[in-house]
Order: sequence, then C-alpha cells, then structure tokens
Amino acid sequence: MDFANFLIQLLNSVQYGLLLFMLAAGLTLIFGIMGVVNLAHGSFYMLGAYLAWYFSSTLGSLTLAIVLGTVLAVVFGWLLEWLLFRHFYHRDHLDQVLLTFGLIYIFEEVRSIFWGDDVHAVQVPELLNWSIPLTDTLSYPIYRLVMSGICIVLAIGLYLLISKTRLGMKIRAGAFNRDMTESLGVNIRLIHGVVFALGVGLAAIAGMLASPIASVYPGMGSSVLIMCFVVVVIGGIGSVRGALVAALLVGLVDTFGKVLLPQIAGMAVYMLMAIVLLYKPEGLFKQ
Amino acid sequence: MSAAKAQLEKLPRSIRFVLALGAIALAAFPLLPIAGADFYLGMLSQMMILAIFAMSLDLLQGVTGLVSLGHAAFFGIAGYALAFMTPPDAPIALWWSLPLAALAAALAALVIGFFVVRTHGIYFIMVTMAFAQMVYYLFFDNKGLGGSDGIYVTLRPDATALGLDLDNKTVFYYFTLAVLLLVYAGLRRLLFSPFGRALAGIRVNEHRMRAVGYGTFGYKLTAFTIAGALAGVAGYLWAAQTGFVNPELMGFHMSAHAIMMVILGGMGNFAGAIVGAFAFEYVMHLFKDLTKHWQLLMGGFIVLVVIVAPRGLLGLIDRFGKRGEKA
Repeated sequence: MDFANFLIQLLNSVQYGLLLFMLAAGLTLIFGIMGVVNLAHGSFYMLGAYLAWYFSSTLGSLTLAIVLGTVLAVVFGWLLEWLLFRHFYHRDHLDQVLLTFGLIYIFEEVRSIFWGDDVHAVQVPELLNWSIPLTDTLSYPIYRLVMSGICIVLAIGLYLLISKTRLGMKIRAGAFNRDMTESLGVNIRLIHGVVFALGVGLAAIAGMLASPIASVYPGMGSSVLIMCFVVVVIGGIGSVRGALVAALLVGLVDTFGKVLLPQIAGMAVYMLMAIVLLYKPEGLFKQ
Repeated sequence: MSAAKAQLEKLPRSIRFVLALGAIALAAFPLLPIAGADFYLGMLSQMMILAIFAMSLDLLQGVTGLVSLGHAAFFGIAGYALAFMTPPDAPIALWWSLPLAALAAALAALVIGFFVVRTHGIYFIMVTMAFAQMVYYLFFDNKGLGGSDGIYVTLRPDATALGLDLDNKTVFYYFTLAVLLLVYAGLRRLLFSPFGRALAGIRVNEHRMRAVGYGTFGYKLTAFTIAGALAGVAGYLWAAQTGFVNPELMGFHMSAHAIMMVILGGMGNFAGAIVGAFAFEYVMHLFKDLTKHWQLLMGGFIVLVVIVAPRGLLGLIDRFGKRGEKA
C-alpha cells in the first residue's frame, strides 16, 4: 500500500469513526443518563437518511434538507420521549429491550408505507461535488472531508455542552443522583427530554450526512446499531469520551480490515471487542 | 430479574392443567381429520422446535437472569453443522449427528461464554448480540461456509436405527414432540437440582452467592454452555425440517424473537417458553394473513405486551385459575 492509498484509507476510517461516534454518543448518553437500553437507535439513523433523501429530492437542496430534517428529528425525539420512553425509565432492561424492539418493527413498517422499499441515492451538493487530487490516479472527495468536519464540530459542541454549560452540569448531576438533583429544583423531566431529543438528533444527523455516501435502504438501521453497540461496549457505557476513542478505533480496524484482510473483514471489529473485553470487561473508559 | 417474574417457578395446578391439555392436543393432532393437515403438521413442528429454542434461552434469561441477545448463534451453528455433515447423496445417521451438532453449538457457547459471562446487565445484552453478529458475518462473508445464500440440507437425517422414518411428516412431528417433552422434563429437573437453585440464586443476588462461596463464573458459564447445546438441538431439528440453512438463522431478529417468546409466555419455568413460542408464532401467522403491513401490528402487539402483561401469558392463566378457586 503506497502512501496516497494509505492516506485515503486513514481519512475514510476517521470519517467512519466520527459517524459512529455521533450515533454511539446518543446511545451512551441515553443509557448513561436515563438508564434506557434503546435498540431503536438505529431507526433514528434510518429516519435521518430517509428525511435527507425525501427533502433533498423534493426541495432540491441537501443543506436545506439537513436543516429541516434535524428540526423534525429533534421534535420527533422529544415527542417519543414524552409519549413513551419516560414511562420506562424505572422498568427492567428487558422491558426496554422489548419495547424498543417493538418500535423497530413499527418504524420499519411506517417507513415502508410512506417511502416504499426501494433503495435510493442522494446527490452530493453541487458545491461539494469535487475531489482533491492526491496522485495521478487517486483523489479524495471533498464531501467526505466536509462531513468529517461537521462531525468534529458537533463533537466539540457536545463536549462543551456537557462539560462547560449550566445545562450540562444539570445533565451530569441528574445522571449521578436523580432524586437529589430534582430536590434541588432542577426539572429532571425536561432534562431527560432534552437529552433524548439530542440523542435522536445526533443519530439523525449522522444518517443525513451519510446518505450521499452510503445509499438509503430499508433495514439500514440494524447493521449500524450493532456497530454502535460494539463502540459503546469497547468505550465503556455512559462515557462520551470512551465512545469517541472506541468509534475511531472501530473505524480504523473496520476500514483497514476490509483492505488488508477482506476474508475476515466482517468479523474484525468483533475480534477487537473480544480482545478489549478480555482485558477490560467494562470497557476502556469505565465511568 | 424482579421477584414477580419468577413467582411461577413452581407451577400452580391451573397452569399444569392447561399444559397437560396442550400436550394431549399436540399428541392427538395428527390423528384428527383436518383439511390441509400436512401444512399444519409442518407448522406445528416448527413451533415445537422454536419452543425448544425458547426453553434453552429461558435457562439463561428466566432462571439465571442473563438476557442474551445472541442466542440464535448457537441455533444456527448446529443447523449449519447438520448441513456440513450431510453428504450430497446419502442421509446422515441421526443418532450421532444430533449429539455432534449439539456439541458444536455447546463448544461455541463455551468459547463465547468465556467472554460474555464476565459482563453484567446491559453489557451482557450488548456483548452477546455483538458476538452473535460475529458468527453471523463469519458465515455471511465466507463462500466456503455458504455465504449469504446459505446451504441446502439435501436429505433429512436417517433414524432407521431407531425404527423411525423422519421423511414422513407425522413421524417427524412426533419425534419433535418427544424431544420437546424430554428437554422440558430435563430442564424442570435441572431447575430444582442444586445446580438450578444456584443459578436462581445468581439471578436474585450474584454478589451474595459469591460471598456464600459459589464460583458464580463457573455456574454461569455452565448454564450458558448447556443453553447453547439445547439451542443447538433446536437448530439441528430446524435445519432437518426446512432442509435449508442461511445466516438469518443466527441473526439479530431470531435472537430477539426468542427473548419475546420467553417473555410473552412467562419467564423462569420453561412452560412459559413453550406457551410463548406457540403464541408468538400464532400471532405472527395471524397478522401475516391479515395484512401486508403485519410488522406494524406485530410491533404494536409487542409494545402492548410489555405494557400490560409483565408476567406473561402464564401469569394471566394463573390469575384466572386463582379466581376460579375462590368462586
């Protein structure tokens, strides 16, 4: 593998890792703060991708589609929390697994009713539809770089939100001791709604950003969900920092696995997970 | 899991009555003159196989408190074992291929269990799911293992040594019923053996069990391996019946279905797993006949079950039974 090729793979793995991080961060936040196991998290990714496809094909602009889609996804997340999830915070994990598995069925079918079962492609915006030439034959699409940039900005924003703002302080306090925080006058119900909507929003944005690279298809949520679980398990549940490190690690192993050892590419990340678990059964960054 | 869910470990009379009635109905079914009997025989055989699968998961989920979202891996491995063992031109002998397939599943469960039983709660759910996915991709990505298309099991296993012709649908049906009853009886015995009591203790409070001197890791690993082997028995029968294996047998949906069957019926007593498997499959067939959008109904049904029936169908039967006694 020459240097240019290596660089391309490296950029791809970082880009994939950042995408996984957006998903895993929501998953791990929702678990860490509300204690909810959400198998339907992949459905939010799918929702984002379909919204991006639907709006960009009807309105003709991916940027507009992403803005609109994000708003819709966040509202949707808030509603879902209010209608359903808040009744399950104190329930057994098993009940949550079942509830969210039932939701996967419902979301898949609703998607099928509204948008059919075809595979769709999303166009890269005109402005970003060019590549940086690396050698005579190899070049790197600018869209992927911009996408990674957006993910990095969002990741930094998430970090600042949680560690530097008043709202973030309340979120952390609520995760640490719910009752105590509530009796200090913090509206925990509202905080939970915000965190859940945030998680759904991040997953949906990931889906929207990925839509021009990967196609938009039925069942796209479940494969990405399983990857997210791997990231969360490696990183340590409830740790956003762990999710970032693990997502980048998974991105690297998956991308280079596909290039170097295609025979076991599908399994490579799971092997990584097994090795991590052998040494750290609770993940790299246990909370 | 919570105490309420394990209350039905010792089955009350009303439930035993329902179970006995069900067993008689299953035994009598092939004798009834029903149109399309062949189709129903196949369907019921399949339900019984899934009931065995669900019982094997219940040993983990209901008895030991380990919710595995990757149990289908072992179901599939044994199915594939049968597919690989069967030569293209001759059937394979049942008497050694069934134990061997179960052994393959048990071995896989032992290895995977070594990694997963060290984890707890939500970790266990995610890790079992991830390992099952690893197995899924192993078969999905490798042409030599059948790839995404799967493999045909050209001929059903040969059980003439036992005086059985498994190609006959009725004989296969009764064979499956016999395995179902055997596994049920075995698991019930296990449940009230010292080993089973230790597993139940681990569900209630693992720390205390360890403090009392039980090596809980070994107990959990053994339970995981036994559950894997029994899931293998079910997977072998499934492959023998359908004549076909593909990676979907080990997929996420298959594992999740097993969890739902166990919960739907009621956890921790194996009878619930049987009832749940039949009920779940029946409801799914019903919805599929009803509408193209059956997934919507199925999803709604699952959500409803979580909300209204925390102790499952056996819990409902028990409640009605108690009401009857009072009257």
